[in-house]
Amino acid sequence: MATLKVPITSEDHAQGPENAEVTLVEYGDYECPYCGQAYLVVEQVQKQLGKRLRFVFRNFPLSEMHPHAEAAAEVAEFAGAQGKFWEMHDKLYENQERLGEALYLNLAEKLRLSTTALRQALEQRTFEARVRADFKGGVRSGVNGTPTFFINGHRHDGSFDFETLLSAVHQAIGTAKSA
Amino acid sequence: MQILCQCQTAGLFFEQKLVDLMRFEGSTKAMAQRTAGAVTPIDKRGILLAGVAAPNFTLHVTPDQTLTLSDLRGRPVILAFYPADWSPVCGDQMALYNEILPEFRKFGADLLGVSVDGAWCHAAFAETRHLHFPLLADFEPKGAVARQYGAYRAGDGFCERALFVIDKNGIIAWSYCSPVAINPGADGILQALEDLPK
Repeated sequence: MATLKVPITSEDHAQGPENAEVTLVEYGDYECPYCGQAYLVVEQVQKQLGKRLRFVFRNFPLSEMHPHAEAAAEVAEFAGAQGKFWEMHDKLYENQERLGEALYLNLAEKLRLSTTALRQALEQRTFEARVRADFKGGVRSGVNGTPTFFINGHRHDGSFDFETLLSAVHQAIGTAKSA
Repeated sequence: MQILCQCQTAGLFFEQKLVDLMRFEGSTKAMAQRTAGAVTPIDKRGILLAGVAAPNFTLHVTPDQTLTLSDLRGRPVILAFYPADWSPVCGDQMALYNEILPEFRKFGADLLGVSVDGAWCHAAFAETRHLHFPLLADFEPKGAVARQYGAYRAGDGFCERALFVIDKNGIIAWSYCSPVAINPGADGILQALEDLPK
């Protein structure tokens, strides 16, 4: 069974407490429509479990297939460097059909981030290495499509509809408790 | 554009349908064992194992060009047999490798996809998916190369989802056969490339 090869560190984008009962990691692509669906599912799972869950998002842009995926990932990382990763992450998924520079600049403005700095970061590919590192780590962990989830370090091979994902997360909590 | 990300859903449906196909597995294995011969090390699914000289071949890479394996001697080769060009799971696997190509190239490795589809079919598939690596047509005689590697599903008439990493001297360094419905990913390939003697 595929397992997460890159441990979660303070460099990761995480929501929820570090000592949560269960950690859900998603490797995702901002242009992938299935990741767009998963975004809503994860939100529901988070609501359901509250502080019992920690959620980590890592980049897995399929840039050959999705021309905007890489830039969008870099935009989220740009915002992340200024403490606004999740705000940008959410907005990108909520506006998935409109990915492109106009949207990025617009979102940066809304989040009170410098549009000049964003343009520069995209031109100079400031966050490319970070995105690439996520991607490589994902490949090593057995990510073979998007979205791919890991629950407490084990790849979740089932479907990611709300019921299935929630029950897999509950199962992991059960396993952790009985161990 | 959505093939790779469809895999999680489409792949599951495909998997269900393939349960029946898997019943042929037993006979396929026996066939592969006969093909490969008793002295050649093969795994339980019938594919050639590490340490075996990779059988040489010449296959069409486009309708008017061929590629010979031994011409690539001197650098590692990744040979990825897959069942078919347009089925959702395969598109998925090849699309993933397309994304990971730069990582493979860091090891100086060439990636070759192989299926029983014809060269025109491969050309259309590669163009649609923007694939940046060659797809070889194991088309005539059908599956002949796959059979040599023990990677042919005789009952089904298509290739196994079998991966081979061949070292610079033409010896198989690593091989892996995944259940047909499951994308084997690239982690095994990268590990095998890393483990090659420098």
